[in-house]
Amino acid sequence: MTVSNMGMEMRSSKDARAEAGSVSRRDFLKVATVAAGVVLSGCGRRNSANARVTLTQWYHQYGEEGTQPAVLRYAREYTRLHPDIAVQVVWVPGDYATKINTALLTSGGPDVFEKQLTVPMVSAGQVVPLDDLFSPEVRKDFLPEDLAANSVDGKIYGVKMVGDTGVLYYRKSLLQKAGVSPPRTFDELIAAAKTLTTRERKGLFVGNDGGVGALINLAPWSAGSDFLVNDQIVFDNPRTVAAYEKLRELNDSGTLLIGAPTDWWDPSAFTQGLCAMQWGGLWAYPAIRKALGDDVGGMAWPALDSRGKPATFAGGWSQMVNAQSRHIEEAKRFVRWLWLENEKIQQDWNLSYGFHVPPRLSVARSAAPLDSPVPALAVKNLQQHGHFLPPAWSSSMGTALGDAVSNIVKQGRPAAAEVSVAAKKCERELQRLLRYRQ
Amino acid sequence: MKLTRSVSKPRLSPSRRGDRSATLAFWVFVAPSLIGLTVFTIVPIVWGFLLSLSHAQNTIRVGQFVGLANYGDLLTDEAFLRSLKTILVFAVFIVPLTYAVSLGLALLVNRAGWGTPFFRTVFFIPSAVSYVVAALVWKVSLFNGLSFGVANQMIAGFGAGPIAWIGTASPPWYWLVLVTARLWLQVGFFMIIFLAGLQEIPRSIYEAAEVDGARPGWPMLRHIILPQLRSTTISVLLLNLIAAFQAFDEFYNILGATGANASLARPPLVYLYSLALSDQDFGRGTAGAFILTAVIFAVTLIQGRIIGFGEAD
Repeated sequence: MTVSNMGMEMRSSKDARAEAGSVSRRDFLKVATVAAGVVLSGCGRRNSANARVTLTQWYHQYGEEGTQPAVLRYAREYTRLHPDIAVQVVWVPGDYATKINTALLTSGGPDVFEKQLTVPMVSAGQVVPLDDLFSPEVRKDFLPEDLAANSVDGKIYGVKMVGDTGVLYYRKSLLQKAGVSPPRTFDELIAAAKTLTTRERKGLFVGNDGGVGALINLAPWSAGSDFLVNDQIVFDNPRTVAAYEKLRELNDSGTLLIGAPTDWWDPSAFTQGLCAMQWGGLWAYPAIRKALGDDVGGMAWPALDSRGKPATFAGGWSQMVNAQSRHIEEAKRFVRWLWLENEKIQQDWNLSYGFHVPPRLSVARSAAPLDSPVPALAVKNLQQHGHFLPPAWSSSMGTALGDAVSNIVKQGRPAAAEVSVAAKKCERELQRLLRYRQ
Repeated sequence: MKLTRSVSKPRLSPSRRGDRSATLAFWVFVAPSLIGLTVFTIVPIVWGFLLSLSHAQNTIRVGQFVGLANYGDLLTDEAFLRSLKTILVFAVFIVPLTYAVSLGLALLVNRAGWGTPFFRTVFFIPSAVSYVVAALVWKVSLFNGLSFGVANQMIAGFGAGPIAWIGTASPPWYWLVLVTARLWLQVGFFMIIFLAGLQEIPRSIYEAAEVDGARPGWPMLRHIILPQLRSTTISVLLLNLIAAFQAFDEFYNILGATGANASLARPPLVYLYSLALSDQDFGRGTAGAFILTAVIFAVTLIQGRIIGFGEAD
């Protein structure tokens, strides 16, 4: 809420108090009843009285202004074209993951929802395959990574609807003044961070835990390693170990900003000048550009060394259809219309509010906002160096690896042994997962 | 048996109607809480136990029974065992500290004369603050790692540079953040319990002690006040210990659920929360809850044995 908004609200409540004396009890009751009706009717909107079928669609609360009206508009548009189908949008604030997970356990869940696919969702029969929505042309219009992230055993369960990727932002002027060129390797990055660190400003911000959360996957990816490939845990190797040792060196260099009020996904530390470089998301670019103008450059996470490659993540959300829905066919048709046939909506959704990458390659190619240097490079990096964790990677594997990397980076324990212990635990978790895979 | 029947029958029969309405009244008053207890406590406990014996991944349906496999998995899970160790260490610090500080405050406030109501209120107010809100204030404002954080400004007065309180593993400054947050939140509540205990001690005992030559101060505290506060102390320690084992909010909000800081000190509830709710593994999640309950039960019994819970005063 802006300050001017707050002033207005204070004024209006004051006016209301002044007039309260003249409001009769009956008037008050009438207003209260209407208000209660509005509240009870829910935040979603049933937008057709003649609808034969009402589909419920869940979104998490996107932070960007205008996103909620946009999804309501898409829903109305669909009903205008298909008067017998109403779409009730539910905009879920707060802990969306827990809420959607819980809703999917019951028969009262949404028909259509957004999520990241996991193998247990398929094993438990929570989602329906959407392969018939993907013609060969449509398949070709997605990055293979985006299809793989939404597939289990060769079947596609999710339509990627919004794409996110990471960017290493840097202040061009600060680098120039310090005579530092954008780093191409991890060593160059550490050296640059050292040069850029002053009394008031740290060289680099990669999150308040020293980058363990943000770089736990990126650092090994930039070394050419990976985590889970073809149902095999593959990260127990010298390259992963080297990547985490380098992360420890970065943490010990005294150049990292630690303990900022916001974390790496928020650009505030960078825009407020607390650091000269920050790992962040492309979504933060509009705020960064607004604060710093052209004095910002962006790149992928640098390669570990000459044997490695730059890396970034291919994240985002996918649309899925609930297997417990009573209107599976209608829900699938709606998903096809919204995210596969309707290029205008895909572009609007990805680029009119925040800054995301439209997952459809044809849409991304024709998107003008992606033409400016930083986003254009980010999209190129995503297509060339984008990595993702497959649906078989579970959060308990993430916890096991996180504990190991925390031990390496924060407690200085031997990296090879920690990585090996984590790999064994991940292997056990994976076997457990595969044992119950249908 | 026969005797009771023959005695009770004639006594009951004349007032059977009144008896029936009393029974009705009993059920009218008891039923709502009984239904609530059944629906929200007993059924979930039984269901949870059955889930803990099942493979329940992304489902809360009972049926795919796996015996004690979930319990076995957790008891050999290094991360879960470490979380139990973490909470034990936390309890060892927080329980005596809360006890000493809240007793100390109660003794001071009790002596504050006309200021007693004022200080009682001041120290009690933090108990009304949500753990989440306090954790965020501690994290973002008091103990942030920047030079303008409150703690860093205080140490800057002594010439020390800013410290990343939450993210530093050695020395483990994050414990200072976690322990002070909980102390601030709960000390006022336990102080009130001690105050009530102090006010229960009859004046005459103090007077008798004085007549017997007990000097005010330490001897009075050691020989009169502490023994008189025994039952209060026992309940404070027990409540405190159970609360410590159930710690979640400040750990979750200050250190986070994932990332390196969460790995520094992860209590069992945070671990089980991510196991059950992020990973959707309700089988192992509920098994862990039962293991934790057993641990709390055992530790409480041991503590009760040591401080003499259940013995006559």
